[in-house]
Amino acid sequence: MAATMVEAINTALREAMAEDERVVVFGQDVARQGGVFRVTEGLAERFGPQRCFDTPLAESAIVGVALGMAMRGLRPVPEIQFDGFTYPALDQIVSHLAKYRNRTRGQLSVPVTLRVPSFGGIGAVEHHSESTETFWAHTAGLRVVTPATAADAHALLRQSIDCDDPVIFLEPKRRYWQSGDATAEVPTAGLGQALVRRSGTDVTVVAYGGTVGTALDAAETARREYGWELEVVDLRSLAPLDFPAIAASVSRTGRCVVLHEGPRTLGLGAEIAARVQEELFWDLEAPVLRVTGFDTPYPPARWEKAWLPGVDRLLDSIDRSFGYSHD
Amino acid sequence: MADFDPQPVALITPEGLPVDHPPFDVTLSSEELTELYEWMVVTRAVDAEFVNLQRQGQLALYPSCRGQEAAQVGCAAALRRDDWLFPQYRELGLFLMRGIPASAVGAVWRGTWHGGWGFPEHACAAMSIPIGTHALHAVGAAMAAPRLGEDSVTVAFIGDGATSEGDVHEALNFAAVKAAPCVFYIQNNQWAISVPLSEQTRAPSLAHKAVGYGMPGVRVDGNDVLACWAVTEQAAARARSGGGPTLIEAVTYRLAPHTTSDDPTRYRTQDEVDHWERLDPLPRYRRYLTHRGLWHEEVEDRARDRAARMCAELRDGVFDAPDVPPSELFAHVLHEPTKDLLEQSGQLLAELSRKE
Ligand SMILES: Cc1ncc(C[n+]2csc(CCOP(=O)(O)OP(=O)(O)O)c2C)c(N)n1
Ligand SMILES: [Mg+2]
Repeated sequence: MAATMVEAINTALREAMAEDERVVVFGQDVARQGGVFRVTEGLAERFGPQRCFDTPLAESAIVGVALGMAMRGLRPVPEIQFDGFTYPALDQIVSHLAKYRNRTRGQLSVPVTLRVPSFGGIGAVEHHSESTETFWAHTAGLRVVTPATAADAHALLRQSIDCDDPVIFLEPKRRYWQSGDATAEVPTAGLGQALVRRSGTDVTVVAYGGTVGTALDAAETARREYGWELEVVDLRSLAPLDFPAIAASVSRTGRCVVLHEGPRTLGLGAEIAARVQEELFWDLEAPVLRVTGFDTPYPPARWEKAWLPGVDRLLDSIDRSFGYSHD
Repeated sequence: MADFDPQPVALITPEGLPVDHPPFDVTLSSEELTELYEWMVVTRAVDAEFVNLQRQGQLALYPSCRGQEAAQVGCAAALRRDDWLFPQYRELGLFLMRGIPASAVGAVWRGTWHGGWGFPEHACAAMSIPIGTHALHAVGAAMAAPRLGEDSVTVAFIGDGATSEGDVHEALNFAAVKAAPCVFYIQNNQWAISVPLSEQTRAPSLAHKAVGYGMPGVRVDGNDVLACWAVTEQAAARARSGGGPTLIEAVTYRLAPHTTSDDPTRYRTQDEVDHWERLDPLPRYRRYLTHRGLWHEEVEDRARDRAARMCAELRDGVFDAPDVPPSELFAHVLHEPTKDLLEQSGQLLAELSRKE
């Protein structure tokens, strides 16, 4: 069954709610309106106001209340309407959601899956295109997950809801309306595992969320125009990081380029580059390179296409990677 | 503290007849009274032009203020030019009255620049899309005024939805404790996207909340421009004379969708919209002016001319408007760009020149 990512996420929520009464969905505009992206369409009608409801306009409350529910045994799947509006809930996420297990010596789990329509690329106004992953990945105690395809959105969301850890589930808005096969047997992997989306021998491109599609497009162009074979690793889980999967690929190709749309400084690329040079120094033919957004606030919509890392910026870096050699 | 009056202050009946509501009174000249009408007509016309430009693909998005003209015009007219405004994003009437060009507002909705252009020179903060956050900025700005030797007042504009945010609670409390010369002006347009007021609060009204913060709360008919003027004038005078903050709830209605991307038929009935259409603030005030013998074709013509000029300014300023130079994306990150930022700016320029 072909489905868009929006539909795939809706299906995952519907299935999880049908299978487990403890799953509850709430947030701003998720019930009456079915979500501003229609992701939660029909859930309130199907499961009633105890299971799916609109909340007051209060993000800190949405996360804090979800935590309280989770402590008492529910499995909340709240939504924050846009990436930029997770910031009012920062304290609840960092001080509590991330730390509750640890603070109670493992006595309490807080299995909250916080869904956040995320990242840029849809021409939105400010505060609606933020890459927040680094904040969460830097905070011990959180899992950070982002799907690249409709099918994977379905699989990853089901796995996240089943997981006993709090999960920040970042949905790449710009892939929301892309179709894929949501239910067929596609190669998938468990929570925390990366997937090789395309095999290649020359350069490993590490990507996630909305940039996986960019990497795959670049790999097509690279083969056609330059005869380069790129291997594309889709991280899926940003925390914890599936470093063995990255290492397996880089030790084969000897070259690594990390692609993400958030700013370069202290982005996920910085962590991956550091790990690769720490653990794979002798396998490397070239330094690990980063292809990213710039170290500025997310630009106004008229400039976002140019600002975002696209196929050309990625191919430039791959070319640079080939410029290094041992002799 | 004065007793709380849940009955909205109104100085004009829905039929357009004057009505008393002591202690509120209007001390405006005939010219000032017709001026208010002109601004309401202008706001509605420019608002409609924004919607047109969005439909034509010139703007990415636009949140219409149709139905809220009286609430905005009445409030802005009661303030001094040096009183600072902290808007949310739906306050077109305020922006125009402050002399901010419509095209400078359009820059936000076209995606040319965040926050609009040149708002601060009109004593107006940049629009605030993270809901409720700017209420705190207003408190700080208000507290700055006496420290700078000014007697200006600061007004925070928030929506009914915004009142649920923690920041708004903190702002109200802080302002009350510090007796800040601040007015909190809630435009209760009944909806926060698809969430009705009844799901934001169980308080008898939003103005009631003032009691808990220890400040006066006033409910005003937000579709009555004179009542909005009168309550704002009183609250501003109180703040200016060191009496501290006031919470005003202007009861009005968003006649348009939340934004041009919204489909309100998913969450509200046509009956409800029709009800509020009948309470439209424009014809109501026109009836009042007619009753007072102040309305004539000339007033209407003047308003239409001014609206046409502003619509033209908007179109000229946003239709196929050039983008800012890309180097600007790097220029305003810090007070001067770092070497890294300059390098990154160079990288983007090189990428762009290759594409040409
Ligand atoms: C912190 C935050 N959360 C969520 C949003 C998304 N959002 C944009 S407008 C809006 C509703 C605001 O309602 P209200 O304050 O009543 O103002 P109105 O739009 O009715 O003028 C929401 C939820 C936001 N902009 N900021
Ligand atoms: Mg509202």
